[in-house]
Amino acid sequence: MSLWRKLACGVLLLVLAVSLAASWIAPVGYAKQDRDAAGAPPSHEHWLGTDDIGRDRFARVLYGTRISLLLAPAAALVSTVLAALVGGLAGYLGGLWARTAMAMTDLFLSLPWLFLLITVRAMLPLNVSPTFSVLVTFLLLGLLGWTAAARVLCASASSIRNSDFVRQARASGIRGSRLFWIHVLPNLKPVLYAQFWISIPAFILSEANLGILGLGVAEPLPSWGSLLKELEGLVSFGEEPWKLVPLLLLVLVVTSFQLVLCKQDEVAA
Amino acid sequence: MLGRRIVQHGLTLVATALLGGFLAATLVRLAPGFDADETALDPHLSSQSIQALRQNRSEQHNLLTFYIRSLHLALRGDLGTSISLKQPISSLLRDRIPLTFRVVTLGLLMSWAGVLALALSTARVRTPAYDLLATVTAGLLLCVPAAALALLSVLWNLPGAFAIAVIIFPRDYRYTRNLLDQAYSLPHIITARAKGLSPARILFWHVVPVAGPQLLALAGVSVSLALGAAIPVEALCGLAGIGQLAWQAALARDLPLLVNITVLVTLVTLLANSGADVIGYAWRGRQA
Repeated sequence: MSLWRKLACGVLLLVLAVSLAASWIAPVGYAKQDRDAAGAPPSHEHWLGTDDIGRDRFARVLYGTRISLLLAPAAALVSTVLAALVGGLAGYLGGLWARTAMAMTDLFLSLPWLFLLITVRAMLPLNVSPTFSVLVTFLLLGLLGWTAAARVLCASASSIRNSDFVRQARASGIRGSRLFWIHVLPNLKPVLYAQFWISIPAFILSEANLGILGLGVAEPLPSWGSLLKELEGLVSFGEEPWKLVPLLLLVLVVTSFQLVLCKQDEVAA
Repeated sequence: MLGRRIVQHGLTLVATALLGGFLAATLVRLAPGFDADETALDPHLSSQSIQALRQNRSEQHNLLTFYIRSLHLALRGDLGTSISLKQPISSLLRDRIPLTFRVVTLGLLMSWAGVLALALSTARVRTPAYDLLATVTAGLLLCVPAAALALLSVLWNLPGAFAIAVIIFPRDYRYTRNLLDQAYSLPHIITARAKGLSPARILFWHVVPVAGPQLLALAGVSVSLALGAAIPVEALCGLAGIGQLAWQAALARDLPLLVNITVLVTLVTLLANSGADVIGYAWRGRQA
């Protein structure tokens, strides 16, 4: 493992550990308002200052990081399972199944990702409880983000289907679901792992985009998207540089993921 | 063969339009509140008028009838009425398309100018420090959400087209750099360099024919990226284009408007990809 990858792993573990310890590090909580200190600059009590309605920005960054870092992998898991089922089965079955599944995948892929996301998000109710909005946002990412992975998995499953050991298994009388679950799916594991890890930073960025556009996690729950929305009111970097902390943290985390994943990219390709 | 490929792409476009239209009609028909018609609550309407409105509504209950009717109207240029803006969707689209077209085209041109300049210089110079600098710049831009880049462009008073260019640039740069790197490593190009051919001659006579069709395909894909980037850029930079309209429709849950925009964007994306594929195919055919 190269030095950069080790460093990136260290950064990710540190950020995850700090965000998990948010209740101890920032006991004030993400929703408590200090009305006398609304929009205050960093101080001993509020390390990153407060937002426009007096909530501690440091606590919100920690809780927002926790939400994104825990739910993005969950969404990635959903999308990987869907991709394995659709792409893996299509590649294994071949013929008309594969053509139909890939035509559907192509239809999904021809839509710009953000258009698809906001269209489907708009179909769901927008005035929901914060917890429900978090689940809806990340579930949506998981349910819509499987298409590119399905294409890769279809190609991999198709090549496994035509490999010698599967032919031999088929000749030995193993058929149907047993052949798929025991012989094909386990051999797709490297591609599945790669797709899972690659999806995480992509989903973190997608949630941030949705949040900035007001279609992500609902208030008062913090997320990277809702925290970045604060940049809208920024006049200049020099005046309130602490407002850039969520953006810098997001870039640091996503960059760390990219560095850790540089080998996974090759597997996925 | 080229004619067959064009027909194939044409059929795909028509099939996508029909299937996309059916999905759109299904979504609009099944959306909550479809059956509610607030015009029926108007106290000025007579009982016959209300009856006529109800009759009209009940005819749309069958999904297939609704789809065929919507398709028939769409062919005549009537895409329905926006729920939130209370205006015909076709006129809303007509008003907004020119601005989006301008911003997206300019963004694509700026992005590709930057991508080609940087990728060509990286492939030609081959200095590790320069390569690292270019890769790190593109890599960092890739780690910033598109909407955050749009916000930063507002902060720095940069035009929307520039924000689109910055959003697309890192995605295209990665592939372009690899393609050019591979092309410059081919034995016949190394020989040409060793023989002292001028860089321009090597580029236009040897590199472009090898990497051109793939770069063209990438250009087709970048249209889709640019249209996707138009949503945050137009929404946050206050540009009254299709992206901003889609965002407003999403916030207002205006499904008829949103699905029409989505189908339109899908068709434009497919058209761009098909165009790139057909030109690339013709190019490869001429070389062979």
